[in-house]
Amino acid sequence: MDFNRKHLLGLEGFTREEISYILDTSESFKEVLSRQIPKVPTLRGKTIVNLFFEDSTRTRISFELAEKRLSADTVNFSASTSSVKKGETLRDTARNIEAMKIDMVVMRHAAAGAPLYLTQCVDAAIINAGDGQHEHPTQGLLDLMTLRTKFGSLDGVKVAIVGDISHSRVARSNIYGLQALGAEVGLCAPPTFLPYQAEQWNVEIFHNLDEALEWADALNVLRIQLERQEKGLFSTLREYHNLFGVTRERLERTGKDITILHPGPINRGVEIESELADSECSLILDQVTNGVAVRMAVLYLFSGLQKQAELKEKSK
Amino acid sequence: MQRENKLLFKNGTVVDPERKDPQQGDVLVEDGKITSIGNIDADGFDGLVVDVTDKIVCPGLIDMHVHLREPGREDEETVETGAAAAMAGGFTSVCPMPNTDPCADSSEVIHYLKNRAKDLLVDVYPIAAVTKGRAGEQLTEMGDLVKTGAVAFSDDGDPVATAEVMRRAMEYSLMFDVPIIEHCEDKSLAKKGVMNESAVSTRLGLPGIPGLSEDIIVSRDILIAEFTGAKLHIAHISTARSVALVREAKKRGVRVTCEVMPHHFVLNDETISAYAPDYKMNPPLRTQADVEAMLEGLKDGTIDVIATDHAPHSVEEKEVEFLYAPFGIVGLETALGLVLKYLVEPGVLTLSQAIAKMTREPANILNLDRGTLKKAATASLTIFDSRATWEVDKARLKSKSKNTPFHGWEMQGSVFGLYNKGMWWLADREDG
Repeated sequence: MDFNRKHLLGLEGFTREEISYILDTSESFKEVLSRQIPKVPTLRGKTIVNLFFEDSTRTRISFELAEKRLSADTVNFSASTSSVKKGETLRDTARNIEAMKIDMVVMRHAAAGAPLYLTQCVDAAIINAGDGQHEHPTQGLLDLMTLRTKFGSLDGVKVAIVGDISHSRVARSNIYGLQALGAEVGLCAPPTFLPYQAEQWNVEIFHNLDEALEWADALNVLRIQLERQEKGLFSTLREYHNLFGVTRERLERTGKDITILHPGPINRGVEIESELADSECSLILDQVTNGVAVRMAVLYLFSGLQKQAELKEKSK
Repeated sequence: MQRENKLLFKNGTVVDPERKDPQQGDVLVEDGKITSIGNIDADGFDGLVVDVTDKIVCPGLIDMHVHLREPGREDEETVETGAAAAMAGGFTSVCPMPNTDPCADSSEVIHYLKNRAKDLLVDVYPIAAVTKGRAGEQLTEMGDLVKTGAVAFSDDGDPVATAEVMRRAMEYSLMFDVPIIEHCEDKSLAKKGVMNESAVSTRLGLPGIPGLSEDIIVSRDILIAEFTGAKLHIAHISTARSVALVREAKKRGVRVTCEVMPHHFVLNDETISAYAPDYKMNPPLRTQADVEAMLEGLKDGTIDVIATDHAPHSVEEKEVEFLYAPFGIVGLETALGLVLKYLVEPGVLTLSQAIAKMTREPANILNLDRGTLKKAATASLTIFDSRATWEVDKARLKSKSKNTPFHGWEMQGSVFGLYNKGMWWLADREDG
């Protein structure tokens, strides 16, 4: 298909075809990962900088691994946002990148919209690895890939996202991606964890976990960030666990098999019961594996190489 | 710019806020006073005759809410560059807010500002802080400040911190009959919000400032004004609910007035979709329903004044991630154009009504000897061509800072000239 996007800033506005295409491409890279030598020369000669203005272990490692599996040259730049705020501006960082002739930038930033801003400063393709509370498109894609593998098609599949929706970029990317693929989305959270006018997304809203479980085929359980407690958005972890903690007992009460996703890292015993996280209904480790495949696909598709190959094909 | 004591503006369209309709005629200025309006024979007149055919002649525009950044941030704006921006925008008077460094909480700073403006065409009427350092605790020396030239009090940038301090400030202000101008924002609700809390902030993942944070302080202060009998002026009103609260309070006879900024009746929060920092200000751009409530409030008179909240910021500080950019946009040079295009042209306000909200109304609120064309009044005049159009070009703004969301917009009405403090200035817009 004609894949015309230059940057991956978010899944908002992506079509079913585009997402399916990325997921199909991810499947072929997943096959690469299972080979004896899980490496291809696809991005040889391409230079990618991982620009992480916010701490991240998993996403950064996943991207780095994807880059190495594709034989790209990579540079890492990590800076906590506070030190960047004191010193160099994003614009200056961007100009440096430009001067170093970098082809792609994978960017994590605490400010929503920062990757979009970067696209206005540099020519390189920008891959958003999470911007503030806005989007985390590759996480969304790997969740979609995991669910698609499980359910075959996502048409009509009901997915409930449980937890702090307000502050979650994962939730936003999931909502857009799931809906593009025909899934129904539910949000389950206390009202303090729901963003203003969340109903604009045409989602089911639950304040009761058991009702959400009754409704859902799959859950995407979000991590509870402990600092939210101090801000008065919920009272105690105990209370949160009592009301919204996903447990085996609650799942069994529904009499259904419900698939569980979690973007990690897990607060065992808070949003999800420890044993449940390791059980057969949890696809948490599949998500991690798929994460590398999805990121390989994204890096390849947004590198512009495929476009060049197509052009060559046409001119033959 | 030249000193002129005797001028005859010939053949203009005179807009006097006291009269419903504009009148064709001439305006005679002698000894810095308006001496006659009507058909005046130029024969034998020994002063300067200015042909103002097809031009609007009205009282000098007053912007009762600006930030001139002096003292403290002269890299962003000075009294002089702010005055140049004011002139380009057709304003002959501006009221700088006290959130400078040092804060305008002492007569020394007020005196300094007055002195800096001494030789400029533009009148600078400073607004002093309600509390020392705008810290919300100790009242400033209001008596001394008024004597030095402060025309109102405000902790703008922040609300007066507590209801108790606001009550005392209003009671105290009764001695001088000057208004307390309030920046209405409950900080505990606004928190670290950067845009209006709305469907848009939810989509963009940006922390929101709920309209509720404005409405609560508007309510609080209206109740305190009612209780004390003091004059309250609500700065930069932006929510439908706040307009309704002011409307009800006025009906009850509370001495409350309010102002709106052009961006709050022209732009809504959908415009932030590209995370451009030039759309970031406080109060933030609200929803379209709020924009419509501003138009309604302007129309029915609930909103008394149009001001700009001219807030210059350096490129280095403003052109960063939306989340980190400071609040505020420049507004002096685009206000008249937006008023003509978005209020007068579509018939929300008549030209006379719009002019009143930029002249007579702020003058009344602040007890200024301005904003009128009455015989024997101090001559302060703005003359503009309401039909001419021009395009906003950041690079050509007179303000030291260029943070405007209106870059590239077509503006209606171009300033022809100003007369103030005995000085006549002919605008020098190269594109006519």
